[in-house]
Amino acid sequence: MGHKTFARGVHPSYYKELTASKRVESAPLPKTVTIPLQQHLGAVCEPLVKKGDLVVEGQKIGDVKAFVSAPVHSSINGKVKDIELSQHPGGVRVLSVVIEGDGTTKEWSGPEIDLGSLSPEALREAVREAGIVGMGGAAFPTSVKLAPPKGKAIEAVILNGCECEPFLTADHRIMAEEPGKVVWGLKALMRATGASKGFIGIEENKPDAIEALKKAVGSTGVEIIILEAKYPQGAEKMLIQAALGRKVPVGKLPLDVGVVVNNVGTAVAIYEALNYKKPLIERIVTISGNGVREPKNLKVRVGTSFEEVLNLCGGLTGEGEKEVLNGGPMMGIAQSTLSVPVVKGTSGITVIAAGKIKPDNYDPCIKCASCVSACPMGLMPYRLGDYGLKQMLANFKDYDGQSCIECGCCSYVCPAKRPLLQWIRMGKFFIRRESQRAAAKANNNK
Amino acid sequence: MEEKTIDKTELKSAPESPAGPGEKLFVTSSPHFLNKESVPKIMHTVVLALFPAMAASVYFFGFRALLLYVICIGACLITEYAYQKYMKKPIKVYDGSAIITGILLAMTLPPGFPVFGAILGSVFAIGVGKQLFGGLGFNIFNPALLGRAFLMATYPVLTTTWVEPRTVQKAVDAVSAATPLALMKFEHKFTPVLDLFTGNVAGSLGETSAIAILIGGLFLRYKGYVNWKLPLGYLGSMAAFSGIFWLIDPTKYPDPLFHLFAGGAMLGAWFMVTDMVTSPTTDLGQWIFAITGGIMAVVIRLFGGLPEGVMYSILFMNAFVPLLNKHTRPRVFGAIKAKAE
Repeated sequence: MGHKTFARGVHPSYYKELTASKRVESAPLPKTVTIPLQQHLGAVCEPLVKKGDLVVEGQKIGDVKAFVSAPVHSSINGKVKDIELSQHPGGVRVLSVVIEGDGTTKEWSGPEIDLGSLSPEALREAVREAGIVGMGGAAFPTSVKLAPPKGKAIEAVILNGCECEPFLTADHRIMAEEPGKVVWGLKALMRATGASKGFIGIEENKPDAIEALKKAVGSTGVEIIILEAKYPQGAEKMLIQAALGRKVPVGKLPLDVGVVVNNVGTAVAIYEALNYKKPLIERIVTISGNGVREPKNLKVRVGTSFEEVLNLCGGLTGEGEKEVLNGGPMMGIAQSTLSVPVVKGTSGITVIAAGKIKPDNYDPCIKCASCVSACPMGLMPYRLGDYGLKQMLANFKDYDGQSCIECGCCSYVCPAKRPLLQWIRMGKFFIRRESQRAAAKANNNK
Repeated sequence: MEEKTIDKTELKSAPESPAGPGEKLFVTSSPHFLNKESVPKIMHTVVLALFPAMAASVYFFGFRALLLYVICIGACLITEYAYQKYMKKPIKVYDGSAIITGILLAMTLPPGFPVFGAILGSVFAIGVGKQLFGGLGFNIFNPALLGRAFLMATYPVLTTTWVEPRTVQKAVDAVSAATPLALMKFEHKFTPVLDLFTGNVAGSLGETSAIAILIGGLFLRYKGYVNWKLPLGYLGSMAAFSGIFWLIDPTKYPDPLFHLFAGGAMLGAWFMVTDMVTSPTTDLGQWIFAITGGIMAVVIRLFGGLPEGVMYSILFMNAFVPLLNKHTRPRVFGAIKAKAE
């Protein structure tokens, strides 16, 4: 009680105790990796290698000129076996580079550089070249966030260490084990954006990480903000409001209120990119859930298959239906196959096993208003759900359906078990399609 | 028509999946966690919360009260089942909502009400008040109150003939008596608040024992199924509004405590105003709904033709719920103050 927070939201069971105190272990070198050429929001990369090429760990294998994009790198030494369309954990098929490893690895290390010696532009360029994207899950290219449009000054950088998704503890372990790198990464972010203030937002349920960070911060002026453990505390807009009391206006970005939010994992990736010259080729993944025999926090190379990672955790267990999720149970994406690779945005692999994961039927809405009092965005999800399902797009827009951040609080609390978020997504999808069609039509008429 | 199976796809996993060959993975849209609430759970908890008030009325009015409860619940369940069966709708009679309607309807009836009338009221409440609107979740008016209003129109005398509770009866036969509100209105006699509180007065089954209802209501609040704004707004505005008149002339108007504990105020505030289906879904809407309802109840009690105004105040406000929902939308996070259009 008494910690900073946002309005509404929900309190699901967190189940973090499964992995919260388990140190990060390094996963053994995978024999083959499948590296999708799009692991970020934005333009797909073009392959820079071809079948049969020899590649080394950290070598850039895909890039594109587009501003909103991030290059991808090989995560092992070896030979390009194939370049093919392959299943991506985001639920789509993406052109991917399959690399067969030769069993050798590279050591990444280096002395800590002096931040003052690097210009903000150089920092940004280094971040882009290292292929760094938001590691909380959304995988937005970090370099884009660091380059605000002209006339918009960034005042504060917030590091997101909330980790409000149930089960996931990857960020928790990062903060507890590598607080120095987190703080250094934040300093680098502040230098790149010209921000004068730095904050680290963290939920109260990670006392060891808070302690570690406090020591690491020392007298650098970085402020640690302890927040209530509530879902979705780590949602960008919620975090900014809880931490700084600023509301990002509808349809605007955090930088419109002078703030940039980055994940703590991203900060560590920046540290390693600048000091070790190591691109983003591996990340910490929490493998948890009641469907995993041995929940763990693992440092996994990008491109390792879910199957291999799950085998390192004793494989799947439990009776009944199983869902394997890229991410946590609130926002994670269910996988249809285990042959998908771990990507830059894979913060966790959650396996849920239950007799029945979702009920077969739903009841009529009883207007209990649970969804209205849970929606952190102040929407009326029960209405939006109906409008989305019935494609009443004018009403959907009128009720601000496009402000939905898809956190899932509404579906979570609904006593009638109505898949509200699914329907709201439908509404958003139809609106997107409508505008795409309108744009296409306008183009044809030209 | 509302019944649809949630879309889900089952796809085969990779052949050598650690889950064992041939095991299927489940794919649904996020979130993959749902809380443990369900509509039947809510409804059955409300039924449980009504038990103290039921027990109190059986204690004060004896066998007749029990009979009315059984008749009303039975008739409501049968009507619901028959309608759903006839209309080939999914049979949802077990969700407990018809039981609530039955209990609440019985609670609005005088102990001596004829059995046939109770059946008629139940059939109307469920058949017209609920199912004709589309069933649970679609009804505009509280079904039990609609049933009671229907009986008021069809049996105006019987619905307002009261007996003293058996705890104060002197003769063996039940003697007709006036309710505290009728005494207040027509004879300017004020009943002691303590009697109102315990329920030792004439009235409908559920109108008598304020404390028993309060126990049930607070239990529901503890369970989280009652939005505190609704009973607080309703009772608060009743007390405040009636308090104004009491301050003006204490001999003519009863004090606010009397209003809170007499008649159906407690029952209405805790179990009818709070009916999820027929109350607004927005914060502001709930406040307006409850406060206006409370004022209206006092107005009817003091100046209307009827001694009791709770029922009509709630039914009246029910009609405004769609309007309230539409015009009291919560502010969207980050909404710009005055929309520049």
